[in-house]
Order: sequence, then structure tokens, then C-alpha cells
Amino acid sequence: MTNLLFTEAEWDFQTLDRTYKAIEEIALNDLKLEVYPNQIEIISSEQMLDAYSSLGMPLMYNHWSFGKLFAREETMYRAGYSALAYEIVINSSPCISYLLEENSMTMQALVMAHAAFGHNHFFRNNYLFQQWTNAEGILDYLAFAKRYIAACEERHGRDEVEAILDSAHALMNEGVFRYRRPPKPSRERAAAKRRRRAEYEEEAYNELWRTLPAGVDPPGAPPIADPEEDFDGEMKLPEENILYFLEKYSPSLRPWQREVLRIVRSLAQYFYPQRQTKVMNEGCATFVHYTIMNLLFDRGLISEGALLEFLHSHTSVVFQPGFDDRRYSGINPYALGFGMMADIRRICEEPTQEDRDWFPQFAGRGDFMGVLKDAWANYRDESFIEQFLSPKLMRDMRMFALHDGANDPVYTVSAIHDETGYRRVRTALARQYDVGTADPNIQVVGADLKRSRKLRLEHCAHRGIPLHQASKDVILAHIERLWGHEVTLEQASDD
Amino acid sequence: MTYFIDRRLNPKGKSLGNRQRFLRRARAQIREAVQKSLKDASVADIGKERKIKISSKGTTEPRFRLDPQSAGERDFVLPGNKEFMPGDEIKKPPAGAGQGGKQASDSGEGEDDFEFTLSQDEILDIFFEDLELPNLVRTTLKETPVKTWKRAGLTTAGSPTQINLLRTMRNSFGRRLALKRPRPEDIERLEAELAALQAEEPRDEETKNRILALRDALDKAIAKRRWVAFIDPIDVRFNSFVEQPVPTSQAVMFCLMDVSGSMGEREKDLAKRFYMLLHLFLKRRYEKVDVVFIRHTHDAQEVDEQEFFYSRQSGGTIVSTALDKMLEVQKERYNTADWNIYAAQASDGYTQSGDARRCVEMLNEDIMPLCQYYAYIEILDEREMEVFASEDSGAELWRAYRTVAEQWANFATKRISKPADIFPVFRELFKKAEA
Repeated sequence: MTNLLFTEAEWDFQTLDRTYKAIEEIALNDLKLEVYPNQIEIISSEQMLDAYSSLGMPLMYNHWSFGKLFAREETMYRAGYSALAYEIVINSSPCISYLLEENSMTMQALVMAHAAFGHNHFFRNNYLFQQWTNAEGILDYLAFAKRYIAACEERHGRDEVEAILDSAHALMNEGVFRYRRPPKPSRERAAAKRRRRAEYEEEAYNELWRTLPAGVDPPGAPPIADPEEDFDGEMKLPEENILYFLEKYSPSLRPWQREVLRIVRSLAQYFYPQRQTKVMNEGCATFVHYTIMNLLFDRGLISEGALLEFLHSHTSVVFQPGFDDRRYSGINPYALGFGMMADIRRICEEPTQEDRDWFPQFAGRGDFMGVLKDAWANYRDESFIEQFLSPKLMRDMRMFALHDGANDPVYTVSAIHDETGYRRVRTALARQYDVGTADPNIQVVGADLKRSRKLRLEHCAHRGIPLHQASKDVILAHIERLWGHEVTLEQASDD
Repeated sequence: MTYFIDRRLNPKGKSLGNRQRFLRRARAQIREAVQKSLKDASVADIGKERKIKISSKGTTEPRFRLDPQSAGERDFVLPGNKEFMPGDEIKKPPAGAGQGGKQASDSGEGEDDFEFTLSQDEILDIFFEDLELPNLVRTTLKETPVKTWKRAGLTTAGSPTQINLLRTMRNSFGRRLALKRPRPEDIERLEAELAALQAEEPRDEETKNRILALRDALDKAIAKRRWVAFIDPIDVRFNSFVEQPVPTSQAVMFCLMDVSGSMGEREKDLAKRFYMLLHLFLKRRYEKVDVVFIRHTHDAQEVDEQEFFYSRQSGGTIVSTALDKMLEVQKERYNTADWNIYAAQASDGYTQSGDARRCVEMLNEDIMPLCQYYAYIEILDEREMEVFASEDSGAELWRAYRTVAEQWANFATKRISKPADIFPVFRELFKKAEA
């Protein structure tokens, strides 16, 4: 009598269900993960391409840039340059995971452990996701956004909507609150707000304006106070969220245009935590699937063949080529994340003297899941690396830090994986993952609403690195379109 | 509670709206790319899916980004150290090359060109855009080919008229053999034997038993004949037919063109568009379309497409030589019983004096009786077009051909000076096809 969950590469829904239950058993009872309820959807490769091109979301408003993404992905896929992802998972409740129909049964098991439990646990518990995203509301909000943009296209024409979206997308990275907590979008509030805006538009509409001779614009309708709590008419400067600032204070935008900015801004905010936790998120999911698959094998639930197939795929996912390798394209977040988490387990279970010196708080503690769950909940990439990257892993990955001055003809090796260099390498790597320094720091510092209507922005250069000139000019034009008047961008230094 | 949801049957093409928006956005560039790619394409290639490469200008999505190459300083970490010690210096790669993929895309100037595939419909839409072909024509162009029923083996279900007797009977025979169905002869033999015994008088014990046994055997045989039917439903086979597109017929298209010095790049390009359209039109009606290219100066040759459009030749102009050549090729390879013959001639309207009359004779007597359709287009420049505003005035060849057109309904003459003029010729063609 065999306990194997499956013996064939083909999958069917009974097998999926059986396997899911076995994985769930391990995830909840052995690893004690806390997850959102799961919803698992099987999709075809074409639908996977669809999902790719709408930022991985199941529904999304229409914009040409998504069509461009689709055309590119499709060409790459058809030509065989890139394989499709095995899964896509959405930070929502219920947590939706897409499985590709072409996966073998082993891959489906791997992907369920990875997405439905690994990512899911991370979404549910990490403080950034907790504070900044609303898993229950996101799908409703997207549905609202899609309908709203479609209605705008119908009412105001595709070109106008496209122009606003283009400008808003260009400022997406500057459309997040980095420190303040953003208001949560929910279905009721979104609907109520839309109603208020529609009412305002109706009110502000006056049949008389139609009788003006052509070329004379109706005077701007008197602004009524936005009933939102965070709007008090008084500008708070400086403001780091440029999209928010434009939405609230731009003298030239119409109400629906403000709403479009708001939609783009809300999405940017929703994705912001994912940008800050790439290493941890993928590391967490990879560690979870690795642990679960091995436990399944230890308990005789999957065959050796399945284990080998899993290991083959796992090792290619966590493969890290060296910097001088043709395949090198930055540090692989799967490799770094999984490496660090597997290393934490090793430190908990079999610490060396070095580990005891570096990590006295948990070396040899045994309960690695406790340490990991604490890390998953309370850190982001930057702080996680700064706290948990061990000398052993730096040696294993043979990390070294380079110093690059724009005026130097050469890079200088500033530290390598040795006794004197560990801390410097670790700090440099942590900085590299700090979104705050990787993104340009641009703020609104002044806006003259009374007279010249000039908007003043300031780029605060970190370590003297300026903005890229060509793209800066293009985006300034976009900001001017949204602001309607002159915009200047000055460079300041942060030291 | 976990749900598994099978989304595979959900409608596809969710991003079609985005694709249309993207094509619209990049319209100008795509049009240019399509025209360019069709220019190098062969006449028969229009109407196929094709890869298009456009520069990413116009569809860039700008973001603020930092430019560490121009000023400032930074530190970064790389994996895979082999020999470096602190303080070592590494030469920077030349500007623009970046260090590995990630750095390059962060700081490199602009994105690569963008390549993707356009479908046949999208190509046609774009190609016909400046020809202003109305929708009606576009839809007729995409009409499905003629289909016919073809035999496709046997099935166990079908209508009685489709029964395949031979196969049904063979199955029936095999089954009867296997189940040992008594044949009529067997029963007759039993009955005869029984009758013979019954006729015997007086009967002894052995005969009586024999009669009983015979009766028993006879009853069994009759019963078995009843339950092993002669033809059982499981024997029945039907001929099966499936719909298949058929090559309705074949057509050959003769492209005749004057390549003397007066036909320049522009004229040839116009002619090529005309040929492409004609080919597309024929493709719609005929499964197999051959294209024959005949160029002429004072002498005609059959050439391949490359030579036809791109090589130059100097000399005088004698149009009738091309007609001669066409007749020769036709006699040799394309007899009228098997082939529909179409001809399209492009010229700037000049020919040696006196030659026009010979052309008219050849057309009237030899060529027009063979042809389904003969289109003559005269390519003028805009200035000439104004001079020859009326249909009646024109150079020698034009006036001569007008007389042919009066005689033959399937002979068309048109003057064109720009791409938009090509369409009216086709409107005539399609009108005829419709009738």
C-alpha cells in the first residue's frame, strides 16, 4: 500500500485537492503559518500572458502600455526566449493564486506550497502589507477603477483619458506616501466618493455655458471643499507624494481627472510594499516550498522521482551566477532570500562559534520557524539584510563591494568577504535594497496658487547623484500637463 | 475553505482592448514599418502574419531615474568574487555598455527596438489605410474559401442513406460466423431429415428418440436464428463525410510592366501595390495562384520578382513584345481549360509609334478571348494627370486601349498617379466579382 499523493505527471482536480490538503496540513500544523483563505485558479498560457500584462492583477483598466507589455511578452514567449512563470499570486483576501495548466503535478504541488502558503503567509503577516495595503478591498477597488476609466473614456474620449493616464503613470513612483499611512480604499468609500464627484459635476454644469461663442471657456467652477478628512485647504509642504499633491491642488484638473490620478496613486501605493520586500517575499515563499516538499517526501507522500523533479526546478530558481557570468543580471532575489533563510535555520540548529558571536540572540535556539516568522513579520529587505546576513553566506556567495565615483576612471573594491569587510559589504548590500535611496527623492517645495501659479519641485540628490537629464525633461512636461502652469525642478544636495 | 477554479475556458483575448490602444498609439510608426516591410516582401506575401519592428520612441514610458554615471558616488555589491582584494581597481566598461544586464537597463540610453507580430487583419487594415478601401471590400477579402464534403472513413452513426452496405454486410457475416448462426440450409436439412423419419412407419424406440432429438435441435436452431439477427445494429456502418476546403480552381496572373528608363522608383512602387492588390483578390477566389512576371523594353523577358521590380534596363519601348511573350508562356504552361488567366499591365503610356495598333489587334484577337480580366493601368505624374483630365485625351497607347475597352467588358483601363487612385480600379474588379 502506497501513501503517495500522486504517481503520474498528469494532474486532475482530485489529485490537486488531495495534494493541497496534505500541503495545508504541513503548512498549518508543522510550520504554523497564518494565511488568508486560498483560492486557486487554473489558467492557460495565454491567460498567463494576459495576467502578466496587467501587472499580475486579475482585472485592470485599459491602457496602451499594457498592450505593449503583452505584445513584448508574447513575442518573447513565442520565440522561446522566456518561459512563463509557473504561478502568479495576488495579495488579496481570499488570496488568489494562478497555476499554469501546463505544469506537471509535481510543479503544481511546488507552486501551491510556494504561492498559496509561502507568499500568502508573507502578505498576511508582513507589517508593510498590513499597514499599507488592504487585501480585502483591492479587487473591489480594481473593479471600480476599471469601470471608472471605461466610463471616462466613453464620456471624455480615449485621447483625453490616455493623456492623463500617461502623465500619471510617469509619476507612479513619485505617487506613494513613504512615511505617512495612506487611507484605505474600500468599496463603499470608493462608490460614495464617485457619487459625490458625479454630483459635483452635475452641479457645476451649467447649460448657459453652451451658449458662449466658440473659443470662450466657461469660467472655472468654484471649488467646493473636498469632504475628505485629510484635505484642509492648507497645503502641507514639502510634499513627497507628487501625484497626491497634483490631485489635490492642481489648478487646472477637472474632477474626473483628479479621480484618475487617485486611481493610479492608489495602485502605486498598493505595489509599494512589494517593491520593498522582493528578497524577503520570494525568500519566504521559496523557503516554505522547499521545507514543505522535503517534509512531503520524508513522510512518503511524494516519490523520489517527484522529489528530483522538484529539486531540479528549485535549484534553477535559486541559481546565482557570478558578476562576470554572461547570465548575470543582478542579484537573484530568490537566491539571496532563500540563502539567508536557510542560513537562519542552520544558525538556529547547528551554530558555529562565528554564528554565536554574530547572532547571540538566536544562535542555537532550535526554533527556526519562530525566528523566521518574526523576521517575515517585522522587516523589509533593507533591514532584514542588515540584521540577518551572516558572514558564512557572504563567503558562500563571494560577495564584494565596489565603490563607484562618477569621476573616477575605475571602480575600487572597497570590501570583500573577509573579517574586516563583512560589515561593510552587508551595509552596502542593505543600502542597495533601500527603495528610499534607489528612487530619486523629489518633493514639492512650493506652489504659488495666487499669482504666477508656478510649481516648484526639488530633487534632493543623495551622494551627489543627479537625475537622468533626458527622462527628467520628458516627465517635467507631463507634470506641466497636470499642473497646467509652469513647473521647475531644482537640484539640492542632502549634505 | 479552498476553491479550485478552472479558468481555462474563460474567454481569451482579455487584453485585446489594450492591444488596440497600443496599435493606435504607435500607429504612425507601425504604418511606416508595415509599408517598409511590404516593400521588401514579395507580391504573394501580403495577407500573411508578419513580424514588425518599431523603435520604442513614442511608446516609451518615462520615469524619473538617477544617473550615477554623470556625477556623484555610490557603492554596490556583486556576487562571485574570485580574485579581488580590498583596494583593487577595476577598469570601467566603456560608457553605455553598463555592467551586466541590470545596470545597463538602469542607466542605458533608451530601450531596444521593439518587435512584435501583427495578424493578417491588422496588416490589411494598415496597408489599405491610405488606399481608403471601404470596409465592404475588406470584408469580402477575408471571406472563407469554398468548402466541399469529403469522405472521411466510417462511423457507427448516420442517416440511412449513408449506409455502407459492403462494410455492414462484412461485419454481419463475421458476427454470424462467430456466433454460429444456423444457415437456412441447416434448418432445411434438419426439417428434411425429420420429415423422412416421421414418414417411417412403424417407428421403433430408436427412431422415436431420434425424432425427439431432431425436433429439439430444430427448435434450438430456429430460436438461435431469431436471437442472432441477420443484421444487428452493431454491424451497421455509415459513410462519414467532413467539410473540407477545396481548391476551387487555379489562376495565373500575368504581371506586365514597362521597365524602360521612364518608369522610375515611384512608378514601380505604385505598380507593385496594384499587383499586390490583384494578387490578394485572386487569392480570395482561387486556391492556387501563379504569378508570372514579364518585363519589357523593346524586347520582353520573363523574369523573377526581384528582377522585375528592382533591376533596370534601358532601351526603347515596344509594348507588343510583352503581349507576345505572355501568349507564349500561356501556350506553354497555362492552358485555358485548367487555368483562369488574369493580366495586369502597368506602363507610362509610351510606345513606339504604330505599335499601339498591333497591340490592339493582338488583344482583340488572341488575348482577350483567353482572359478573365485584363487591367491596364497607366502611371502618370500629377502634372500629366491634370493635362489628361478627360478620359478621352491621352497618349497613343491610351487611346488605342480605349477602343479595346469598348469591345470587351472585362478590359479595364485606369490612370493613377498616387496610391489612392489604385482603389477605383479595384472597385470595378470587385463589382464584377459580386455580379
